[in-house]
Amino acid sequence: MSEFWSWWIILITVVNVLGCWALLYWTRRVKGSVGENETTGHVYDGIEEYNNPLPKWWLNMFNICLVFSVAYLILYPGLGNFAGVLGWSQTNQHTEEVTEAKKTYAPLFEKYALIPLQQLSKMKQATEMGKRIFVNTCFGCHGSDARGNPGYPDLTDNDWLYGGSPTNIESSIINGRNGVMPAFEAALNAEQLDNVVQYVGQLSGNKVDIAKATDGKMVFEQHCFACHGNDGKGNIALGAPNLTDSNWLYGGSSTIIAKTIREGRMGAMPAHLDILGKERAHLVAAYVYSLSNRQ
Amino acid sequence: MTNKETNDISYRDLYVSPDKIYPRQVNGHFARLRILTVLLLLGCYYVTPWLLWNGDQAVLFDLPARQFRYFGVTFWPQDFIYLTLLLIIAAVGLFLFTTIAGRLWCGYACPQTVWTETFLWIEEFVEGNRNKRIKMDKGPWNFNKLTRKSTKHFLWVSYALFTGYTFVGYFSPIRELGLNLLQFNLGPWEWFWVLFYSLATYGNAGWLREQVCLHMCPYARFQSSMFDKDTLIISYDDNRGESRGKRKKNSDYQLKGLGDCIDCNQCVHVCPTGIDIRDGLQYECIACAACIDVCDNVMEKMGYDKGLIKYTTEVEEKTLGNEKTLFFRPRTIIYTSIFLVVVVAFFYLISNRIPLDINVLRDRNNLYTESFSGEIENTYTVKILNMSQKKQTYVLRVEGFNTIKLEGESEFEIESGEILMLPVRIKIPGEQLTRRSNDIQFTIQASGEEAYKAASAAKFLGPKKK
Repeated sequence: MSEFWSWWIILITVVNVLGCWALLYWTRRVKGSVGENETTGHVYDGIEEYNNPLPKWWLNMFNICLVFSVAYLILYPGLGNFAGVLGWSQTNQHTEEVTEAKKTYAPLFEKYALIPLQQLSKMKQATEMGKRIFVNTCFGCHGSDARGNPGYPDLTDNDWLYGGSPTNIESSIINGRNGVMPAFEAALNAEQLDNVVQYVGQLSGNKVDIAKATDGKMVFEQHCFACHGNDGKGNIALGAPNLTDSNWLYGGSSTIIAKTIREGRMGAMPAHLDILGKERAHLVAAYVYSLSNRQ
Repeated sequence: MTNKETNDISYRDLYVSPDKIYPRQVNGHFARLRILTVLLLLGCYYVTPWLLWNGDQAVLFDLPARQFRYFGVTFWPQDFIYLTLLLIIAAVGLFLFTTIAGRLWCGYACPQTVWTETFLWIEEFVEGNRNKRIKMDKGPWNFNKLTRKSTKHFLWVSYALFTGYTFVGYFSPIRELGLNLLQFNLGPWEWFWVLFYSLATYGNAGWLREQVCLHMCPYARFQSSMFDKDTLIISYDDNRGESRGKRKKNSDYQLKGLGDCIDCNQCVHVCPTGIDIRDGLQYECIACAACIDVCDNVMEKMGYDKGLIKYTTEVEEKTLGNEKTLFFRPRTIIYTSIFLVVVVAFFYLISNRIPLDINVLRDRNNLYTESFSGEIENTYTVKILNMSQKKQTYVLRVEGFNTIKLEGESEFEIESGEILMLPVRIKIPGEQLTRRSNDIQFTIQASGEEAYKAASAAKFLGPKKK
């Protein structure tokens, strides 16, 4: 607030408080006397109203309010830029409450941060905490039930793009992942593309044109083996999916497989270190680990 | 004032301290009735928080935990409807009793009356009766006055503090609260409420008294709209009493043209709001019947008939008892029916209350997803609250379509008072969906002997039909 507006507000506030007091003072009595049992002249259904004074404590309540407002204006911010003797502010209160909350919960997070993931995933309180964080933070892509959506992997099965070991899961959450399937539109002609689509279909047990698939195998071994491996079982170091199961990230129909090969895919799991912090990420990892490792 | 009177200006204050009222203690039928209700109501108030139920405090409104324990039943904020009904019952009940019996509430049951009564007992005990109190207040400050006044206030404050402590004892376990209070070791809010409630008791029952009824109480102002000519009021019998006047006992006062009222002003002295009932029905009258008691005593001493001041109704008063009070009239019949309906509804709902709550939230950002096999999927977070006193096993189902699959846990245990958060996915084959927005229903059923159910409706979103 600029100096001018600050003084403007101070002026209005002070004039109002003083004005209220002056008004009360000047109107506390009036000229002229009132006769015994005089009425105000108001009549409702034959009921008349005596012209009696208000009780004195009523006036005192006004006075108490004025004293309160002066005390308030001294203690709390109210007069323009004057911060008040107590130095209270919303920001300070928020900071204090956050510090207080951290003090309460920090020991719990610290305790769990030291417990290895496998062991932690069997502790109910820890996985419940992880679940709550998951439902808040991860539901947008993976669904609040963690079963994934097209393009976003299911975390409850045992099929992992980047590996399902505790370290892998935690690393996926903390550092994020970037999966890149390059576009092969330029490298393959229409026939080659069709053949390799048939071959990939064959790998996961779809009904395909055997002749085309056999030709496609050669294309696969030339272009795809580097990431997906010669046997098509993928590579968790690169996040290349296993093509021999029936789990498909983007869809397993020939049309979608063809689209994937032609145009490529970009999969991005954002890094959550800055969003969650190490301790919360650890709890989320424990929860995710518990989903696919039920007893 | 049109003409200027510069020399002789008189002022009149618009705020004046009301005269202090010194109600005299009364003996009699209605006074005994009031003492009985005072003891009963205050007894309930002070004893209830100390009652135990299975080793726990029987009545405890645990605000931080949002659990309201009442003799072995736990109520939750979800049960707010019962409190609403209870308040409606109280309001309609008040209307009904007011219509029939006037300000019954004010005279016998209102906390203001009840606590003022006990404060008056203390006052009378320490400072003596009405005359002594008036004399002492007029007299100079001396040792006697100082000790008596300070003793009175000490007793008032202690009693008020105990009242405040009891009040907080409904919200914070009263036994621990007592120990902590003695060690001056309460939380800020406990301190605030103990002191605030004590101050309110001390101020209202010790100092403000009738001022509360005259200037603050909303009921005092709107109760007259529930009055009609058949409502019970306290009234002075003008015909019998007037003209009032002093006389010797056993003199033939009627010969002098006097009525039964001996103008002893006892009815004014006992009045807690300081009115003269002989002026007719006034809004200040809280219908405490103290004037009836005292006047009956005087009439008895004089050898006259009782009932110069009595409970009566406008219709009987105006027709000199020729027309009888109509008890069954549209007003009372309507209030009674509403009252009974709400009471029955309350007890019906309470006895059919299910200690289980289900809440279904659809995932916020996704409309729907289509799986590779052509099923439409929606994801929900289901929250289930076990409001019962023990651990329970539940089964979750979903209905609304011929083929509807629930993926996720469907049978689970929940501890008493715990909320289970359960993310689930619902799958419906695409061909079954005819609309974009479809109604489905989640039901949760407790397993075991008490197979009660709770249900929650939800929306299932699908693709637009081509």
